[in-house]
Amino acid sequence: MDPIRESLLKVSHQAKLERRGRIIGLFCISLIVIVVAAIFYFVASRGLATFYHDKINLWDFLTKQAWNPGTKDSHGNPAVGALPMIVGSFLVTIFAAIVATPFAIGAAIFMTEISPRRGMQILKPVTELLVGIPSVVYGFIGLTVVVPVIRQLFGGTGFGILAGTMVLFVMILPTVTSMSVDALQAVPRYYREASLALGATRWQTIYKVVLRSATPGLLTAVVFGMARAFGEALAVQMVIGNAALLPHNLVSPASTLTSILTMGIGNTIMGSLENNALWSLALILLLMSLVFNLLIRLIGRKGAMK
Amino acid sequence: MKDYDLTKTAIKTFDPEVQEIALSTDDLHVFYGSKEQIKGVSLQFPRYQISSIIGSSGSGKSTYLRSLNRMNDEIQIARVTGKIMYRGLDINQPKIDVFEMRKHIGMVFQRPNPFAKSIYDNITFAPIRHGVKDKKVLDQLVETTLQQAGLWKEVKDTLHKSALALSGGQQQRLCIARAIAMKPDILLLDEPASALDPISTSVVEDTLAQLKAHYTIIIVTHNMQQAARISDYTAFFHQGVALEYAETKRIFTKPAIQATDDYVSGHFG
Amino acid sequence: MNVKQQDKLATGILYTIAGIIILVLASLLAFILIQGLPHVTWHFLTAPARSFEAGGGIGIQLFNSFYLLVLAMLISVPLSLGAGIYLSEYAKKNWLTSLIRTSIEILSSLPSVVVGLFGFLIFVIQFKFGFSILSGALVLTVFNLPLLTRNVEESLASISSMQREAGLALGLSRWETVMRIIVPEALPGITTGMILGAGRVFGEAAALIYTAGQSAPALDFTNWNPFYIASPLNPMRPAETLAVHIWKINSEGIMPDAVAVSAGASAVLIVAVLLFNLGARWFGQHLYQKMTGTGKKGA
Repeated sequence: MDPIRESLLKVSHQAKLERRGRIIGLFCISLIVIVVAAIFYFVASRGLATFYHDKINLWDFLTKQAWNPGTKDSHGNPAVGALPMIVGSFLVTIFAAIVATPFAIGAAIFMTEISPRRGMQILKPVTELLVGIPSVVYGFIGLTVVVPVIRQLFGGTGFGILAGTMVLFVMILPTVTSMSVDALQAVPRYYREASLALGATRWQTIYKVVLRSATPGLLTAVVFGMARAFGEALAVQMVIGNAALLPHNLVSPASTLTSILTMGIGNTIMGSLENNALWSLALILLLMSLVFNLLIRLIGRKGAMK
Repeated sequence: MKDYDLTKTAIKTFDPEVQEIALSTDDLHVFYGSKEQIKGVSLQFPRYQISSIIGSSGSGKSTYLRSLNRMNDEIQIARVTGKIMYRGLDINQPKIDVFEMRKHIGMVFQRPNPFAKSIYDNITFAPIRHGVKDKKVLDQLVETTLQQAGLWKEVKDTLHKSALALSGGQQQRLCIARAIAMKPDILLLDEPASALDPISTSVVEDTLAQLKAHYTIIIVTHNMQQAARISDYTAFFHQGVALEYAETKRIFTKPAIQATDDYVSGHFG
Repeated sequence: MNVKQQDKLATGILYTIAGIIILVLASLLAFILIQGLPHVTWHFLTAPARSFEAGGGIGIQLFNSFYLLVLAMLISVPLSLGAGIYLSEYAKKNWLTSLIRTSIEILSSLPSVVVGLFGFLIFVIQFKFGFSILSGALVLTVFNLPLLTRNVEESLASISSMQREAGLALGLSRWETVMRIIVPEALPGITTGMILGAGRVFGEAAALIYTAGQSAPALDFTNWNPFYIASPLNPMRPAETLAVHIWKINSEGIMPDAVAVSAGASAVLIVAVLLFNLGARWFGQHLYQKMTGTGKKGA
């Protein structure tokens, strides 16, 4: 018999290796998918227990202002109004994005259009380094620098939305900047050349051509920064004051979803209403991160269609 | 482009009693997605001969070659139907061990693709993986294959230097050496000289002429002179169809099909 | 105002913005380093922390941070390699693959506090690992996996498909080709990503407060038996890391020299992140040169 012919009909060492490799890879990837599913399942089942098991009205939870799950209000209902935290989280996120966006995009324009050499040599490595600085360090600086300054300027304790905004602004600035740089760099060079050749000034070119065509990328950068700000826990928790009250101004102690969560989860008993209510806050965080994800996808799809 | 009648073909067939056939295809079709790239090609490749496949770009000649050792399996959207007969087996079926098959049907690609390893490791890598462990055997293998590929004299003192430091022509000859280190039965070459300068090309052509004694060679080329110089048989592909297949001399002097005539005389398209 | 003036004005504003940013970022770094570095002494780096009196160090926290980092990387590097290889080499283009990619993307964008709470629920409570190094390492793995996987996938995808064809045409399996040819070639990119991931893990705190815990029991540095309760290597002991320590002493405020200790610890963290960053760059380049350079045997 022909040995080559025989060998073609057997299973080779390579074929076995291939099977084993594929199974190893599949195992690793399945593990990740299972973890994601488990996160959703467990956070959702705990977070929804507030409504199913403890019979809290979802609308009350989202709109009432009194947060003190251990006690009951005058009608005998537990006080689980999460509005102060929801408002706090949105306020610091939106303010931080509003402050950071012009700076980030300005710096990105500077790096790509005005002074690429110096920008890339100095600004880029610095921003990249700052992306990696741990959030507790930002929180510590906020606590020792930002809070005292605000106390000096506006009175009060210094803790509050303003301090949270400032810390988050500095925190998300590097991320938004470096993503904006990527967005601007993705604009083809000949767009700029064509515009300049038509007699437009550099600013007109930047404003009317470069920024326009980079809009989806820049939006993605900002939303990405907002997602990071919304989910940031410790840095904010250190400077916001952690009072579960609706903020009446920018310098009164307030709280965010993450700050109440980190403060409270260790001090409550599993399965109690106090604990379940905290998991409901975590569920809101989880859902918001999905919303940000979806937004980024939508922007990407719109951008691709153009 | 002129429209040629794709149904009128002139394909040489061999009598297996007289001429041993190393590899043949029977009504081979290749689809990329829904697009049919190869439309039923039946060819026989005789043992210890060089057969070349010519045709303009997009004629499907490389696609056809890549099906012969099932490299198209690796392209997700590709689908190959029809028979590929090798040693009495249709190798275009799942029960054939594709890795074992590729040991016997080797391939050299259009652009040289040495591994980012030393020259020595480039050649010994696959044999070691396939179970050759003896250092002496490996040393010998490196020397013989490099000599066969016409590269030994140039690199014998730098065997442990990175293969990426070689010139393009040297890299391609290293790839040929690497392929024959597996001692394949059949060697498929996909435009092996297209990225090379004329001197390297002629060295590679000499190498192929020498290899013919031990290997069945099927080479795709867009260079008609090359096909005329080195091959015994030539197939002309057009729009996914093999229009003519015959002795090389015949193809270049008395082609039977108008399209072939136009192509080899430069009046094509 | 004509267009020329507009152009000048805009340029001026952009210069100002860039200047302000550099100023803010530079003073941030300067503040930490100037405040912190004088405090960083050998004693500070090695002595255990003190809760109610001044003069404590960060020795145990520093050790915990590194030990946790090593354990987390030991788990997450092979997993992310396997997952990255699967995505780049085996995954077909279909709905299942896009579902996998979506879930990885979602995991990478989850707030770290949510990941930490999940770890608390699963590892600390369900699996009964308690507040421990093991729980911390597992949660850091979850936190790190999506980014590492994406990095591995991208690094592999950047290697030419011709290399894969070369391996396959020699009768090698895709797995061998990837493990022995593609991965070594992609190693500079993979290593850079891994080191940057390590830096991220090193500074993470929110995911750890409820998994690795907030206490740093005294360690007996003479007994390295992992099963001994006070052994530094015992994976079942609670372990406050450096980043958690900074948060803890600032939130509780019973330590008299909390600001000095935080500044010192922050400086150490920043220097570590800096080293991780520079290390990633240097190592990546070094590997790249070694790969493409001369006289390399085997891989």
